[in-house]
Amino acid sequence: MKGPLIDTLVRQGVSRRTFMKYCATLASMMALPPSAGLAMAEAMASARRPSVIWLPFQECTGCTESITRSHSPTLEGMIFDVISLDYQETLMAAAGFQAEEARHQAMKENAGKYLLIVDGSIPLGQDGVFSCTAGRTNLETLKEAAAGAAAIVAMGSCASFGGIPRANPNPTGAVSVSDIIKDKPIVNIPGCPPIPTVMTGVLAHYLTFGKLPELDGKGRPKAFYGETIHDRCYRRPFYDQGKFAKTFDDEGARQGWCLFELGCKGPVTYNACATVKWNGGTSWPVESGHGCLGCSEPDFWDAGGFYKALSMPADPLKIAAAAAVVGAAVGVGVSFANRAKKASAKSAHETTTLADLEK
Amino acid sequence: MNELQFLTWVRGPGLDIAVGIFLLGVLWRLFEIYSLGRKKDLSAPRSTSGASGLHTVFRRSIPPPGMLKRSPVSYIGGYIFHIGLFVVVFLFAPHILLIKNLTGLSWPGLPSQFIDLAAVVTMAAMVVVLVDRINKPVKRFLSTFEDWFTWAVTFLPVLTGWLAVQHLLLPYTLMLALHILSVQILLVVLPFTKLFHAFTLFGSRWYNGKVNGHKGVPV
Repeated sequence: MKGPLIDTLVRQGVSRRTFMKYCATLASMMALPPSAGLAMAEAMASARRPSVIWLPFQECTGCTESITRSHSPTLEGMIFDVISLDYQETLMAAAGFQAEEARHQAMKENAGKYLLIVDGSIPLGQDGVFSCTAGRTNLETLKEAAAGAAAIVAMGSCASFGGIPRANPNPTGAVSVSDIIKDKPIVNIPGCPPIPTVMTGVLAHYLTFGKLPELDGKGRPKAFYGETIHDRCYRRPFYDQGKFAKTFDDEGARQGWCLFELGCKGPVTYNACATVKWNGGTSWPVESGHGCLGCSEPDFWDAGGFYKALSMPADPLKIAAAAAVVGAAVGVGVSFANRAKKASAKSAHETTTLADLEK
Repeated sequence: MNELQFLTWVRGPGLDIAVGIFLLGVLWRLFEIYSLGRKKDLSAPRSTSGASGLHTVFRRSIPPPGMLKRSPVSYIGGYIFHIGLFVVVFLFAPHILLIKNLTGLSWPGLPSQFIDLAAVVTMAAMVVVLVDRINKPVKRFLSTFEDWFTWAVTFLPVLTGWLAVQHLLLPYTLMLALHILSVQILLVVLPFTKLFHAFTLFGSRWYNGKVNGHKGVPV
């Protein structure tokens, strides 16, 4: 597939109207002004397919599953199809030396211009031997690919923050992309996996404006990670009324009450699930009856358990009982000391007589 | 340490340490205070109606004649913020959930909008009481560092909790963690400051009422 993107889309039977609608929706979703939709459409329609290299490291392929499977008949899928995805181990036909060859060629031809997508964390333990491709560690591959990249997209929570591989005790010494690469623009698109629309939205923004969207303090696009799940949740009124499901199948759960007590991490999770939803707007975790795991937040994997409410202790109290015993013992000890002091004062007391005073 | 790790720490090891010190301090002081003992009063008890420990426990909750007019801020402000603290601390659903998890006890909560109002009223009353303490020369003269300090450690949990719920100033995660941390500071200092009146209040009233009741004086 060569030539501007719009030609490709036309060949695939996508009308101009559909394409414009898509761009306008994407622009509004990212809270850009209405004119941005047009700019986005123009830029994307005329865009030469940018070279994209997708490197999978310590990952479960869930991110790839998310971006490919969930919307295969939609326009988002086509947009992604028409990006020149020069290296993606799961999706590419080539294998072995051919695959490596393709990557090296793309890196050479588009040096300084290609977009690098990374999913999975990078192991640093044992010199990185936990994850190797073509005999090279992920660390080497990342450094080499990052050197010629225009920008890096850390796709998913592993690439963004270390993810599940980083969970205590982190046996592989897993770290995120931004822990290693410091001199390139990096956008984190966390989520386990991230929402397909968020992935394509960021790519569209990059194609349109030639730069990454505005990011928050954790390197996430503000447009999608600006608000908490809790604040945009349709179950929020039940939280405010104090109506909580106590188990997954009680009357409260059937009534669609708030899942806070069942461990929902919505209040501390910044993501767009509550508004964008999943599977073409069909549903999302909380709508399907399960609390938010907080998968787009760093360290969600070690945040005290998925089924413990945020206001509950993350760990059982260990020293409390011992402290109570020690406190009681100290109190008893001090009271004995006080009594001894009183008794000694009493025995040392000398009575004063009238005769003493007249001396 | 990021915000979520900070929150997990205050929900985990931080809570453990704070509750530990709190229990240690409370039991220590209760044992110490109640084992002090007093000399037996050998005089014949006089009985006057209204002079007993129980009477004093209740009577001291009501301003003595004329006092409400002389220092209305202390009484009304004091009442409002104490009741407000009770409502906010014990009737907010997430707080009840924490208590249930720690002790197994639970009771119904109030709607969060009502708690929100109670928190604002509580903070307003506390600020008024503080301003009064600063403005009145006698109160200011009698105030020590402990008075300012205990006011601050009581006020901060209400403020940070309200800011967290309202999503003001800082991201919710960080504010929630600061809220829990401020409560932990309160727990740690409570047994060792005048805030311990939360435990000794009724005991000391009973004691005073009983001692004076023996002499036939309703206090």
